[in-house]
Amino acid sequence: MHGRPRKASKPEDEAASTAKAQKLRALQTQFFSFHHSKIYTKEAVELSAKLLEINPESYTAWNYRKLAVEHYLSQPDCNPESVKSVLDDELRVVESALRQNFKSYGAWHHRKWVLSKGHSSIDHELRLLDKFQKADSRNFHAWNYRRFVAELMNRSEKDELKYTEDMIYTNFSNYSAWHNRSVLLSALLEKKAEGFLLKENLLPEEYEFIHQAIFTDPDDQSGWFYHLWLLDQTVTTDHPLLVSTWPAHGSDVFLVGDRCQNGSFSPFTTVLSDSGSFPIVLYFNQPVKGVSSSTVIIECGFNKNEELLWEPLSVSNLQTAQVWVAHLKFPTSELDSSVEISVGYSKEIVSPRGSQYSHPSTFSFKVHVQPVERDSSRVSVAENILWREENFKAYRAQSEESIPIVSFDQLCIKNGHESTPIVSFDQLCIKNGHESTASNWQTEALAKEVECFRELLSLMDCKIGKLTLARLLTAYDVMSFPFANKLDEYSSVLLRKMTSSEESLLQHCFQYKDSVSSAIGNPICLRLNNLSLSRIRAFERLLWVQILDLSHNELESIEGLEAMQLLYGLSLGNNKLRSLTALEPLRKLKSLRVLDLSYNQIGDHSIDTTRYLCSSPLSHSAGSELNDVALINYWEAFYMFKDLKLNQLDIVGNTVADEKFKSVLVKIMPSLKRLDGQLLD
Amino acid sequence: MADASFGFSTLQMGELAIGKHVHYILSVEKKKDSFESVVMDHLRMNGAYWGLTTLDLLGKLDSVNADEVLSWIMTCQHESGGFSGNIGHDPHILYTLSAVQVLALFNKLDVLDIDKVATYITGLQNEDGSFSGDMWGEVDTRFSYIAICCLSILCCLDKINVEKAVSYILSCKNLDGGFGCTPGGESHAGQIFCCVGALAITGSLHHVDKDLLGWWLCERQVKSGGLNGRPEKLPDVCYSWWVLSSLIMIDRVHWIDKEKLVKFILDCQDLENGGISDRPDDAVDVFHTYFGVAGLSLLEYPGLKAIDPAYALPVDVVNRIFFG
Repeated sequence: MHGRPRKASKPEDEAASTAKAQKLRALQTQFFSFHHSKIYTKEAVELSAKLLEINPESYTAWNYRKLAVEHYLSQPDCNPESVKSVLDDELRVVESALRQNFKSYGAWHHRKWVLSKGHSSIDHELRLLDKFQKADSRNFHAWNYRRFVAELMNRSEKDELKYTEDMIYTNFSNYSAWHNRSVLLSALLEKKAEGFLLKENLLPEEYEFIHQAIFTDPDDQSGWFYHLWLLDQTVTTDHPLLVSTWPAHGSDVFLVGDRCQNGSFSPFTTVLSDSGSFPIVLYFNQPVKGVSSSTVIIECGFNKNEELLWEPLSVSNLQTAQVWVAHLKFPTSELDSSVEISVGYSKEIVSPRGSQYSHPSTFSFKVHVQPVERDSSRVSVAENILWREENFKAYRAQSEESIPIVSFDQLCIKNGHESTPIVSFDQLCIKNGHESTASNWQTEALAKEVECFRELLSLMDCKIGKLTLARLLTAYDVMSFPFANKLDEYSSVLLRKMTSSEESLLQHCFQYKDSVSSAIGNPICLRLNNLSLSRIRAFERLLWVQILDLSHNELESIEGLEAMQLLYGLSLGNNKLRSLTALEPLRKLKSLRVLDLSYNQIGDHSIDTTRYLCSSPLSHSAGSELNDVALINYWEAFYMFKDLKLNQLDIVGNTVADEKFKSVLVKIMPSLKRLDGQLLD
Repeated sequence: MADASFGFSTLQMGELAIGKHVHYILSVEKKKDSFESVVMDHLRMNGAYWGLTTLDLLGKLDSVNADEVLSWIMTCQHESGGFSGNIGHDPHILYTLSAVQVLALFNKLDVLDIDKVATYITGLQNEDGSFSGDMWGEVDTRFSYIAICCLSILCCLDKINVEKAVSYILSCKNLDGGFGCTPGGESHAGQIFCCVGALAITGSLHHVDKDLLGWWLCERQVKSGGLNGRPEKLPDVCYSWWVLSSLIMIDRVHWIDKEKLVKFILDCQDLENGGISDRPDDAVDVFHTYFGVAGLSLLEYPGLKAIDPAYALPVDVVNRIFFG
């Protein structure tokens, strides 16, 4: 089926083919009659060998031969020698089949099956494998079989490691050998095998090794992917770490019952809470499970007894997520109180690979509650939030004010009596005065790599090399990976830069002009429009945002937005969103009331790239709540919008938004007061 | 515009010869006596799925006699509930999925004794969550995908231990973000499709490092615009499905050059006799014809039905199963 040249069939070719076909068919017919009648005589079995020689893919013949062997083994007159001879016959048949097609699943499995019987010589297998792997070093069947044989004979990982080394020295461009090497090394490191105890002894040698490959042929991918794995081993800590929280450590949170309450409260940390509770957000460096009221301890004056319910912000039913949220209730009377939260003092918070949370930490903040002065039951007419330039005025920071939302130098979390900076790449790579907690070998290793690749890239243009260097140099946060796409990468870099200092962040901070309006009040609106953003990043630094303007960008995805639990108003107008399922992250935003989706591409595309990344019956991540037959064709709208409590929605400018669709939306969202600027009755 | 009603001679390079491909598929179905055909006798059930799904994507499923196909399919079902690749052959999970998929195309899942098929499949799950292909015990993540996809189509996914199935698949996740056929097995686009598809159907895609895997996958695109299956290998049209559908499921398809890939697939057509080959100027077959057309569907090539990247069936067929 592969690699056969296209040629016009001549009549003599066709005749030959038909003749061959007839012979094969006759063979097959005869074989079937033996198989269905369970005849396992010598000639019958030999016939099957003939069939497999011509067509090793005829899987039923392999089954038949297994049945024949088992039939033989059940005979009273079989002895160890004759058994071995029978099994050797099988191995011969497999070898001949493999010569025909060395990628035949059926042949390789048959061989495994025979070996598993325990009567055959294993040494021979290694020799056979050697032959095959020399003929094609990328044959993954051979590598898999090799793993099987190595286990059977209890061959040491170190010996196998040596084998990969030999293969690599024969040909550096052997992805399979590098892959197997990484598997063996991982196993050895995990087992803490003798001689492999410490990464810092092992990795520098591996770096040397991989440099040879990369410098021999920088365009060959094999070396680069292995190098990436080495980098990962060097830089990443397996252990889950808390990277960011809301409220932030050391901040003052003002909870108001009415947005128009004026005070000298900071617009950065004044939050409307009409539900009597506020969210606490934990942002980790990787998905974790085990976050609960027994692994996260809250100490606060006003809420003594209640156990908090921690919710993972992920689509699936499995209790794993990178971001977790809980809602803490507070009393309605005036309050100034301190809250202290301890994470991970008991060992149950783990990564999917089982690594435990290793830096038990504590963060604290102050909560100030301003009781409601006006009659909060008065329902105001829904304001129409217009995301227009003239409606926003730049926020002028008071001279002494510092934005108490995130510490910009390093994210610090109090650990006992000292502050433990989260291991960040900045400390590892870029020379600065800070004393870092990263160990020396990591710093050295990375500095060396940067040198090395700068040199390489000065000599030649190599895309994959540039990507690696980018990864080395980017202000690294323990979670990120550079995007393999210019626009995404640019967006990521831009957002990191923008959120890395108070000064750059303030440039994007505005307030909705009409602060008399009860709809928004005066929280900070972060405006990131017209920036050609195709992807949003740096969420861990944006947990405080309540109003976000992302209009007029290139956004196709809002992946990660679910972390922004305080979001009340969001504009995604004039972007490139292609489907309703792409809105999945919004489903977790319990405070979202104003949403602008106008002028996107929803309805334009036949292929949905977020179909399996959203909660729906298709991925068994939503039940069959959709009972209304009339809504069947609008299942995406149903699942995406049913949990949202929007007051205002703009959806004009999307192909999907016809009158019927809009009436469906109104049905799904009874809380909706305004749709495309129109007041609903 | 690619249009089946166009005269064949007016087609230019760079367009999909729908009429030719329909004709090719129907002719292959009839030509059972060539050597190529006999040697693939044992996987006719797969062939039926490839050919018929392609016809449906091209809007021409009604060109075949549904009853004939369905009665042949049912004669391939064994006592155990599993289906064989053709009459006379043994049952295997591979052909069981194809049979169920073809029935779904024709909206005839109701002819099945669903419990019977489900029992066959659940009986193939092993202690560690993996699946064997048949009673002889070959284990491969392909079979995990098949079991999950098949039972999901039959709306009885809960009959297997999904948690263990998922954890086995994850044990096959490699350090480059891809997946192999068994733990430690090298990443390969075909296996990646199976694992990502299985994780998609079970709502477990958050286990996939989408950026890391997305990068590995987009590096499959070579200079000619075609996709290979793993590093330093030749491009092949079938990877237009496996790599592409994986990228789509993890929302990273914008990382490849779609236009170049469309051109590569179109260059693999045999414009004279119909059919699509693995590479330009190679011999065509139904397998690559299907993957070429399916790939074009994923690339939103005009005139084709949309295909679902996880179930590998037309979207309207999948929607009918879940929302019908």
